[in-house]
Amino acid sequence: MTRPLLTVRDLRVSFPIRPSGAMPWTRSRLLRAVDGVDFTLPAGQTLGVVGESGCGKSTLARALIGLVPAKGRAEWIDGADLIGLSPRRMMAYRSQIQMIFQDPLASLNPRMTVGQIIAEPLATHRPDLPRAQIRDRVKAMMDRVGLLPSQINRYPHEFSGGQCQRIGIARALIVEPRLIICDEPVSALDVSIQAQVINLLMRLQADLGLSLIFIAHDLSVVRHISDRVMVLYLGKVMEIASSDDLYSNPQHPYTQALLSAVPVPDPSQDPAARIVPLRGELPSPTDPPSGCVFRTRCPRAAARCAAEVPVLAGSDHQTACHFPGPLTAQEIARARTVEAA
Amino acid sequence: MPLLRIEDLSVRFRTHDGAVQAVNNVTLSVDPGETLGIVGESGSGKSQLAFAVMGLLARNGEASGRVRLDGQDILNAPPKVINRVRAEKVAMIFQDPMTSLNPYMRVSDQMAEVLVLHKGLSKRDAVAESVRMLDAVRIPDARGRVRLYPHEFSGGMRQRVMIAMALLCRPKLLIADEPTTALDVTVQAQIMTLLADLQRDFGMAMILITHDLGVVAGACERVAVMYGGRIRELGPVGPVFADPAHPYTQGLLSAIPRIDARDDELAVIPGQPPDMSRPPPGCAFQPRCAYRRDACDDRPPLAPFAPDRWRACFAPLDELRAGTKAFP
Amino acid sequence: MVIDERKMRSLAARMAQAEVRGRSPWADARRRFFRNKAAMAGLMILVLVALFAIFGGQAAVWSNEELDFSVMGQVATMGAPSWSNGHYFGTDDLGRDLFARTVQGTQISLLVGIVGAGIAVIVGTLYGAVAGYVGGRTDQAMMRLVDILMSIPYMFVLILLLVMFGRSMSMLFLGIGLISWLDMARIVRGQTLSLKNREFIEAARATGVPTWRIITRHVVPNLLGVVAVYATLLVPLMILTESFISFLGLGVQEPLTSWGALISEGAGTMNYGTLWQLAFPLFFFVITLFGFFFVGDGLRDALDPKDR
Repeated sequence: MTRPLLTVRDLRVSFPIRPSGAMPWTRSRLLRAVDGVDFTLPAGQTLGVVGESGCGKSTLARALIGLVPAKGRAEWIDGADLIGLSPRRMMAYRSQIQMIFQDPLASLNPRMTVGQIIAEPLATHRPDLPRAQIRDRVKAMMDRVGLLPSQINRYPHEFSGGQCQRIGIARALIVEPRLIICDEPVSALDVSIQAQVINLLMRLQADLGLSLIFIAHDLSVVRHISDRVMVLYLGKVMEIASSDDLYSNPQHPYTQALLSAVPVPDPSQDPAARIVPLRGELPSPTDPPSGCVFRTRCPRAAARCAAEVPVLAGSDHQTACHFPGPLTAQEIARARTVEAA
Repeated sequence: MPLLRIEDLSVRFRTHDGAVQAVNNVTLSVDPGETLGIVGESGSGKSQLAFAVMGLLARNGEASGRVRLDGQDILNAPPKVINRVRAEKVAMIFQDPMTSLNPYMRVSDQMAEVLVLHKGLSKRDAVAESVRMLDAVRIPDARGRVRLYPHEFSGGMRQRVMIAMALLCRPKLLIADEPTTALDVTVQAQIMTLLADLQRDFGMAMILITHDLGVVAGACERVAVMYGGRIRELGPVGPVFADPAHPYTQGLLSAIPRIDARDDELAVIPGQPPDMSRPPPGCAFQPRCAYRRDACDDRPPLAPFAPDRWRACFAPLDELRAGTKAFP
Repeated sequence: MVIDERKMRSLAARMAQAEVRGRSPWADARRRFFRNKAAMAGLMILVLVALFAIFGGQAAVWSNEELDFSVMGQVATMGAPSWSNGHYFGTDDLGRDLFARTVQGTQISLLVGIVGAGIAVIVGTLYGAVAGYVGGRTDQAMMRLVDILMSIPYMFVLILLLVMFGRSMSMLFLGIGLISWLDMARIVRGQTLSLKNREFIEAARATGVPTWRIITRHVVPNLLGVVAVYATLLVPLMILTESFISFLGLGVQEPLTSWGALISEGAGTMNYGTLWQLAFPLFFFVITLFGFFFVGDGLRDALDPKDR
């Protein structure tokens, strides 16, 4: 079997949270934003990461790219552990891992021209290239992502949201990376533009053999683009499986509730008949529940869930649940009555 | 008689770069108790339409046309009249609850203030009524939480507080502008269920403004699709979604990935949304349209073509129906 | 790889297309600024004052140190402004030509203002940007230093400096430069903190752009709007500071003068019927301050993206 491009084991990110008005010597509490995430990403594949706000999906992305300090292992295809690398050695991998951001306009420096923006990673990693060559490469890349090369001297504010996201994609691709981390790349775009960007990403991925980590809260988009999908809740992996398997046969109660809540553009379906409501609210990440973090809202929670942390089990379709399996009609009915009360 | 009747409403903004025509000659009506969805992308004018109805346009904006709510002309009415209408008949909720909540006031004080001012209740009765309303939007322990400040609520709960506040004066019409866009799907599902229940219990009409076709499909009876400041298609959700009669509606429906199906490549509407300070001549959608014809250089009128259904397009229906995937 | 040979040919045509010139945010701001009537009036005033400072000397009949013995001793009657004897603005109490002295004072005052603001812009911007961007302990240490310097009563220090090391232009610049950048550093740091979390900075960090380049290419250019506005407000502040010091008699040394010194002299003699000695320097002083304030306001409006 070929080595996966990226193997992540027990990745943890925590932030110290200082209570307001704390004295310098007060001990701060730890917010475990990402708490023991495992996954492998084969070369050329797409891993979708879904979860609600506060589940740690953006932090996970930033940890992989070295923007926030993390613990654990993230093994690159050549055996290097990206987490422990010195900044100097990390530099060599920064050109192989690039990122696309959520807000297309905010991720571009308003004072720089498109040419300067796209060229920046190239100028950083290949200082040996002559200027004319950089410019040619930038123009070729602009053409490739569907921008007119003649607009190289324009500024970001002269482009629409979808075009700005194309600029972001061009910037990520210019150094020929192997992995692109997409942090909600289409959620700020209009529906008609979203499809353009998704298709572009998928086409580029096929042409260049890229791997993608695709983070989004829109489960339909993730299903469309991903080979495998990972569901996060409060910094922990709930379920990870191939895209088709996860969407057609979800095992974790949280995944089922999440999927049921996605609106379907089909007026003949009654949402009330589909939705499995989750009771209560997201617990505070500084004070997560004992045992299974989802148990406070789970329609199937039992005593064991409070006592024991479930481990991610299974070979291809992995679930972190003591009692995996589809929710029964009875459980769904109970969830609805709890919600209505 | 319709509850709300909008006739020939136009909104324009004067900016540094010239005039921007945000809404053009929109004619619409909303019946009592009905839910109308308004779908469109950013810049389609859907929010400005609502702001104009509410008299909340920015200072550089001006509205023309006629808006009658419950038999009363409210467009460009004097502030005194508008305030009265906003208090009694129509309320609006926003994407960001903090736009209508004062961060420095307790929820109880903000809500009671509305009732004291408009209904002449005593402070004590007003707070009691506020608690009842927070109960109605299913905020657990409403009595205890009414004394909190808005930031002490989570995103979803804050949205509920805003809804409770909007409903205090029992409006006949609720305008919801992207009420769930900033929320997670599970919370969105809760809020949409809540809105549907409240609408039934209070017997009010609702205008739901959103870009999410899934939300419209689940919540609305009729839908108006807007593009470039005009209504392109108007009709009951079932037929509009099953048999879209405008290329834009068709494109939108096929451009969204579905969670209940997997297709290989998404259909795409090419090009970019129009720049409303320099709109294209004729139909604003024609530069992106797969069914473009010469006639499109003139503006197609919004015309009825089937019972209850309207569209603004010159392309023959047969052609549209034959090429459901006409967008490459 | 990314550049495919086969595609290159069809690409060549598109690549060869003439490059469209972009409309930079600066150009936008300039356009808005030039449309602002108050700001343009302010700018006109400043240009005229600057021209007066530069070329006024050529029009003067007298130099700024010459004593006109014909008016000496009877300044109140003979020294009034007059075209015939070449004292356009009259003479001062010693019979020196006030026109020449105002020209010369304008030069000094503008110089002090611009140099002071210049130091503030350069030192304050870099200091604040570094502190804000690097953050952590560095930020703490750098900003505490600013706090300490700010807590010293600077007028007192400035006076002490001038008394101890003698009154000289360089001492004046040094003193004003020492204090002028503190506020700027604070403002810039605050702005940098909010910029730091913007996605384009994150994008640069993610791709490994060195810290110094991020500060100079990404942080500072996006701060310049704020800096420019504040700098235009700082110039009059510096002029005021210098005027105050000169008013106390500690500023520039005779025969050199400045607006502050001239106003001080004029104010001292205003009861003797020589009001022009106060009026002319004061006029220039006031219109210049107005000019800077109008320009500052205009810049703020022009650079504020929310206005769009």
